[in-house]
Amino acid sequence: MPVSTTSSRAVYDALKASGVRLMSALPETWLVHLIRMAEEDPEMILVRLAKEEEGVGISAGAHLAGVKSAMLMQNHGFLASINGIVSCAQLYHIPLLMLISYRGEFGERDPWQTEGGGVTEDVLRALRIPFSFLDRADQVAPRIAKAQTLALSANKPVALLLCRDLMWEEA
Amino acid sequence: MKRLDALRSIYTHLEDRIVVTIMGAVAAELQSLGHRQNFFYLQHAMGLASSMGLGIALSKPDRQVIVFDGDGSILMNLGGLTTLARYRPRNLVHVVFDNESLLSVGGFPTATSTGSDLAGIAAAAGIPRTATVSTLDAFSRAFEEALGAGDLTTIVAKVEAVGPSAYVTDLSLLENRFQFSRSLRS
Repeated sequence: MPVSTTSSRAVYDALKASGVRLMSALPETWLVHLIRMAEEDPEMILVRLAKEEEGVGISAGAHLAGVKSAMLMQNHGFLASINGIVSCAQLYHIPLLMLISYRGEFGERDPWQTEGGGVTEDVLRALRIPFSFLDRADQVAPRIAKAQTLALSANKPVALLLCRDLMWEEA
Repeated sequence: MKRLDALRSIYTHLEDRIVVTIMGAVAAELQSLGHRQNFFYLQHAMGLASSMGLGIALSKPDRQVIVFDGDGSILMNLGGLTTLARYRPRNLVHVVFDNESLLSVGGFPTATSTGSDLAGIAAAAGIPRTATVSTLDAFSRAFEEALGAGDLTTIVAKVEAVGPSAYVTDLSLLENRFQFSRSLRS
């Protein structure tokens, strides 16, 4: 499976460096290494979800209790979480660091990913969620650090889109 | 059993514990008994109170966390019961007030009115301790046992579909949020 271990490691290390100690995740292909790294790290609490919206509540609880967290999910999981993001995280001004694998963009071979891919950025804009892209390895650490800084200063959800060029190593 | 009486019967146990409630009648009734800084009322995002309780319980393993949920809310997040069971926070007591209806929007019946058994669903999801109670004595006994048991418990309390005349209180959502967070971090 050509999911980049190197890029996954860079993302994981940057999340740790930004203070994240709890991750909620719903497995998807691009996230397999990240989830495994969280599972093997005794300093990280990993919560595997049944549906992504639960992660909003879990992260909100962790934040109120003083623990920094991140959510790992696919863009379709983000789409499934919208009421939680609006009616919990935004309503209550809770920082939420969301790492969203951006399926369905250029290069996508799975037909079922393409519709969600086409609406992801528009939905983020409609929700006024600040977002940026992780598509090159050298951007990973500074962008994750800056995203976390903004989430905490603004007390709001922010999103980083994990892109194909970073996460997938084409044969 | 009325939910307000059930809350009153255990109120003293809540004083030093972390409490998360759902929106609507539960939030208004607990506030009517006396708001405390360690109480958080999730006034929307139906279904997520139990997930929020899980996030707090995992982050604060030395504190006991109580979630007051409802049938309408937990029915929106049944998958969350499997997540709760999977991580089994031993410091979490999950109370579901089951009035078999969506009271605050006009009393429309939920699926528990036609037989869906929330304690059975919780047990089958893997929650180690579950109970259904329908009297005040049984409720307060089950709640006190859960506090002492040191394990994840879901108590389904069958209550009448009656509530307060108003749901909005003078506690603003953000005031509650920052008070609560400060009390958890102190």
